[in-house]
Amino acid sequence: MKLTLHIWRQKGPQEPGRFVKYELDKVNEHMSFLEMLDVLNQELIARGEEPVAFDHDCREGICGACSMVINGIAHGPQRATTTCQLHMRHFKDGDVIYIEPWRAKAFPIVKDLIVDRSAFDRIIAAGGFISVRTGSAPEANSIPVPKDVAELAMDAAECIGCGACVAACPNGAAMLFVAAKVSHLNLLPQGQPERFIRVKAMVEAMEREQFGSCSNHRECEAACPKGISVSFIARMNRDYRKALWKTVEHQGGKAEGISQFRG
Amino acid sequence: MKLDPRIPAGPLEQKWTRYKNTCKLVSPANKRKYSVIVVGTGLAGASAAASLAELGYNVKAFCYQDSPRRAHSIAAQGGINAAKNYQNDGDSVYRLFYETIKGGDFRSREANVYRLAEVSANIIDQCVAQGVPFAREYSGYLANRSFGGALVSRTFYARGQTGQQLLLGAYSAMMRQVGLGQVKLYPRTEMLDLVVVNGQARGIIVRDLVTGEISAHAADVVILATGGYANVFYLSTNAKGCNATAIWRAYKRGAGFANPCFMQIHPTCIPQSGEYQSKLVLMSESLRNDGRVWVPKKKGDTRKPTEIPEDERDYYLERMYPSYGNLAPRDIASRAAKRMCDEGYGVGPGGRGVYLDFADSIRRLGKHVIEERYGNLFEMYERITGENAYETPMRIYPAPHYTMGGLWVDYELMSTIPGLFVAGEANFSDHGANRLGASALMQGLADGYFILPYTVGNYLANTKLEKVDTSQQAFRDAQKEVEDRVKKLLSVNGKRSVDEFHRALGKIMWDLVGMARTEAGLKEAIVRIRALREEFWQDVRVPGDASDLNQELEKAGRVADFFELSELIAQDALERRESCGGHFREEFQTPDGEAQRDDANFAHVAVWEFTGDGKPPVRHSEPLVFEVVELAQRSYK
Repeated sequence: MKLTLHIWRQKGPQEPGRFVKYELDKVNEHMSFLEMLDVLNQELIARGEEPVAFDHDCREGICGACSMVINGIAHGPQRATTTCQLHMRHFKDGDVIYIEPWRAKAFPIVKDLIVDRSAFDRIIAAGGFISVRTGSAPEANSIPVPKDVAELAMDAAECIGCGACVAACPNGAAMLFVAAKVSHLNLLPQGQPERFIRVKAMVEAMEREQFGSCSNHRECEAACPKGISVSFIARMNRDYRKALWKTVEHQGGKAEGISQFRG
Repeated sequence: MKLDPRIPAGPLEQKWTRYKNTCKLVSPANKRKYSVIVVGTGLAGASAAASLAELGYNVKAFCYQDSPRRAHSIAAQGGINAAKNYQNDGDSVYRLFYETIKGGDFRSREANVYRLAEVSANIIDQCVAQGVPFAREYSGYLANRSFGGALVSRTFYARGQTGQQLLLGAYSAMMRQVGLGQVKLYPRTEMLDLVVVNGQARGIIVRDLVTGEISAHAADVVILATGGYANVFYLSTNAKGCNATAIWRAYKRGAGFANPCFMQIHPTCIPQSGEYQSKLVLMSESLRNDGRVWVPKKKGDTRKPTEIPEDERDYYLERMYPSYGNLAPRDIASRAAKRMCDEGYGVGPGGRGVYLDFADSIRRLGKHVIEERYGNLFEMYERITGENAYETPMRIYPAPHYTMGGLWVDYELMSTIPGLFVAGEANFSDHGANRLGASALMQGLADGYFILPYTVGNYLANTKLEKVDTSQQAFRDAQKEVEDRVKKLLSVNGKRSVDEFHRALGKIMWDLVGMARTEAGLKEAIVRIRALREEFWQDVRVPGDASDLNQELEKAGRVADFFELSELIAQDALERRESCGGHFREEFQTPDGEAQRDDANFAHVAVWEFTGDGKPPVRHSEPLVFEVVELAQRSYK
């Protein structure tokens, strides 16, 4: 098939960007979307032009590196699918495709289709963990976890940290990402001791970054390649509310995220 | 090159305990004076970085990805082994040890493998405590599944995303230390050389992949946890960025490279669909628990699989290996698939595929059970092939997946360069000539959580380290070499892209150094690899410049190293005149086509020493001494 591509090209964070039009033929329906871009890049190299920079790695839908807005939709038209797993059989001859990077204040553009998602790592560093030293774990079966709880925690834990939720949100909010991690850990018995301090620390870290607020558009859930449910956001909000009371009660309102996790 | 494995004395089952009781410790006040560089943030790297930081060491962690959470451990699907014996089916540390040694075709070190089996149970404890959502029974206790090469059910799993969940556990432990300031993180940073000062590994040279800046970092210990090199084949199940540059640069600085020809071709991958293909996708081996592998009995049968009646199907694994059946180890299952296809029974485009059929299991257990166990894998299969595997069998074919070979390490996971430790897939240690399923995750986490924290401490407590800083000559020289190399790659300005060269290299490797190897083929491979490498340095085109995010430049450096490594792989395969595990030399096979080992001459680790560019490397060997296990013909029949 033959395609017309309009791809966002931007040399660096401070440079202005623009769409550049490319015609591409010999696209095969069995190709993945990234393989289609590989073909384009090979042509660009042959012509002496600079290839399009984009993040990708595992190409099997799990590492969360690939990140493109395709015709206005994060990760493209197929539901619950990362860009690397999207195949060209979902397009037809003559299609015009617009390809852009994630657009969000908290994800500055690095180059072309590559953005900086390190804000996500900073949120995890603030509280997205259970503080257990290597070696201090009890025997695994001494902590039974009801099957339904484990399954629900796993539904949340499947998040691949790609950032499509942020890109899809009209406010550029990171609620689904943060809620997925909070829910995964706060659902499990192992996560209870730090439950409230965790949610507070992570929400505060999120607010320190440039993410927007949630206004219940649910675009995040629609764009999520792992189909993570917005109900986790409600769960996080509930824990956060409680946390505000708890921390006032227990710590005189002095809880300040990371500093509470020592030891 | 001195190869002392430094295995502690005493009975096998007491070696690790004795080591821990007698190794030297660094006092808490002194730990904070030491710095450790960890390269790679997969299971081994992230768990090592987290555990060492918890102890008080100052850790710097490097990865080429934009976030450490994306290291390729994340893609492991099936599970992690541990000798918990929760199923009461006769498992024990000894049995896991024995099956791992046997699975590796008796080409690994007893003491290392025993230790791995021993700490396996602690790994599960640690991961559960971190919140890894392993599969559970209705009672709330942990569930298990079985895996290839094992007669017990000892694999723990989190749907088809076990690697992801384990990695996120290790990543979160490491990120906690980042938050506490104990780990400094360098994402989008690639190691391009190792710095050796007075014979000790004292630092690395890295390139910032965003700005292109090349800089030096000094430390007291360097840990490489940079994964394997299956991408020499171009098409493999590895992530696109997986590369051998870190371990190859260390080899060129004096680290011995062990058993480079031991590579695993995984039996259950989605067949290639075209020339543009950029990677191969693996379908977890756990599928073989409930899927039956077959080909039509008639050559070139073009009927739809569902239209081929039962008695016209050859369930060849069940026929050839009745006691293990579809759960035969990976090397055996892969070779059997290749043999069926070579003989003309293959299915799908080009006859390069066999069926993996779930119809029986769906009838027996119901679709919902299969969906619960493998739902995400079936979805992935459908996304890629457009076929529904609940209704028609999957088509699978072997693909390069894992490399058992790697940098040589002693019992303490230290390479032949003092102060350079190597963990996870990057070292050669525990899997011999073939790795069993669900053992890579086990090894990566064993190395990082439970072994390095002891052995690194022992090294530091026993070693006099002079003060170094990056202004010293050794650092400046290494940095200059890296800068020159980058310039050289950019200055060739030829006609062919890096990918073109990589594909051509991969084809040579797959055809001549893949699943079946011969003396003539290996010799031819060496000649062709050399010729292609010459062309590469004369005709490669790397667009852009060095002071920018330049993905073609990144690839070019990696492929240049793959060229050199590929030659060593072929040479190692040539010198190992026997078949064992994943290394199959056609000249050495039993009458029924199984691998024929030569224990009299090859019960050793082959360790290669670099002697200079353009000079032949020297092959050394570490004899494998089996005190407990009796060497036997590996049988899964």
